Amino acid sequence: MTKVTMTVNGKSRTADAEGRTLLVDWLREGLRLTGTHVGCDTSQCGACVVHVNGAPIKACTALAQELDGADVTTIEGMANADGSLGAVQQAFQDYHGLQCGFCTPGMVMSAAALLKDNPKPSEADVRHYLEGNICRCTGYHNIVKAVMAASGQEVAPVAAE
Amino acid sequence: MYNFELVKPSTLQDAVAALKSEDAQALGGGQTLLPTMKARLAMTEQLVALSGIDEIKGICTDDDGRICIGGATTHTAVAEGATGYPALASLAARIGDPAVRNRGTIGGSLANNDPSACYPAGALASNATIVTNAREIDADDFFRGMFETALDEGEIITEVKFPVPEKAAYEKFIQPASRFPLVAVFVAKFSDGVRVAVTGAASDGVFHWSEAEEALSSDFSEDAVKSLTAPDAVGMISDLHGDGTYRAHLVKVMTARAVKAAV
Repeated sequence: MTKVTMTVNGKSRTADAEGRTLLVDWLREGLRLTGTHVGCDTSQCGACVVHVNGAPIKACTALAQELDGADVTTIEGMANADGSLGAVQQAFQDYHGLQCGFCTPGMVMSAAALLKDNPKPSEADVRHYLEGNICRCTGYHNIVKAVMAASGQEVAPVAAE
Repeated sequence: MYNFELVKPSTLQDAVAALKSEDAQALGGGQTLLPTMKARLAMTEQLVALSGIDEIKGICTDDDGRICIGGATTHTAVAEGATGYPALASLAARIGDPAVRNRGTIGGSLANNDPSACYPAGALASNATIVTNAREIDADDFFRGMFETALDEGEIITEVKFPVPEKAAYEKFIQPASRFPLVAVFVAKFSDGVRVAVTGAASDGVFHWSEAEEALSSDFSEDAVKSLTAPDAVGMISDLHGDGTYRAHLVKVMTARAVKAAV
């Protein structure tokens, strides 16, 4: 075991890691930050996406020891300072961008990464950027609407309303 | 995943030394190796991470006008930084998905030589030179069949030098579940001839489609491709996504599209 320290959601955090400890396990088991999900564990689904040094990566396909010293943002770091939902999270709620919610942490982290680089994406941009995030419930339409809404763009109302 | 010791050298020299120990394995971005190790299809005593070696990262142009990319440079960095070779930047921008591109590296992709990977097609069509800690290897001599390369044990790709063609394009018919190409073709037109490299199609991995190279060298047009017979289906990958005949057909279709798209 080796002590690994990262800045996680703005705070310095330390926990043990073996050579094989994945970033996602370090976050979930070491820090008990269980918002980041393990979906497929084969690098396909994107449920475990977190930001490392500002860029989205799959936390199930990166080693904790390798990222010693990194700056990490997880879904727990996406809320506003007062605890209310961040803009992307709120849009997912408003536009029913989730059903079971399992993929949502990764979806929100990927969407936030897209909006940082491309504040006014087209619908095609959103669909293309989220190709590494798999949702088995929503059919994606409301996720795309949520991301468009989070970017401050006009969105057609959800079907239920 | 079986446990291992992770080593994080910060210089090439230290990485080469670490890889001399028995059962040590280099780790690029890990986007193939880590899933393979998690599935227990690979194991090692010691994993030597190359991500902390700044001297093998980055993109520049050499005196011969070649685009030189450090072996530990990520796909995202190539997509954004290889502005002098737009077809190559476009190839990098379409590998996997954004999260994969932020970790995966050009050196890792070439060293792994997956028969469906994108970079081998770009390197072979561009007549790239693969530079290691020990020597320089021409792309034509580098790829040796499925997951096989000319690299020796412990040899590290430090840089890849790409001559910039007059015109080039990479056209990929994507297999949407894996986001690897089902078949993809990189066409590069140089002043002294055209090079056509195909990935995803053959069991032995990336290959030159020499009939198309010959035809396109005298007439760089879609029609020149359309007049050709598709390559032999023998030796093509056959799986649930498509049989060998289908893949052979796609080679011709994607080559014609690449010629049309070449700028």
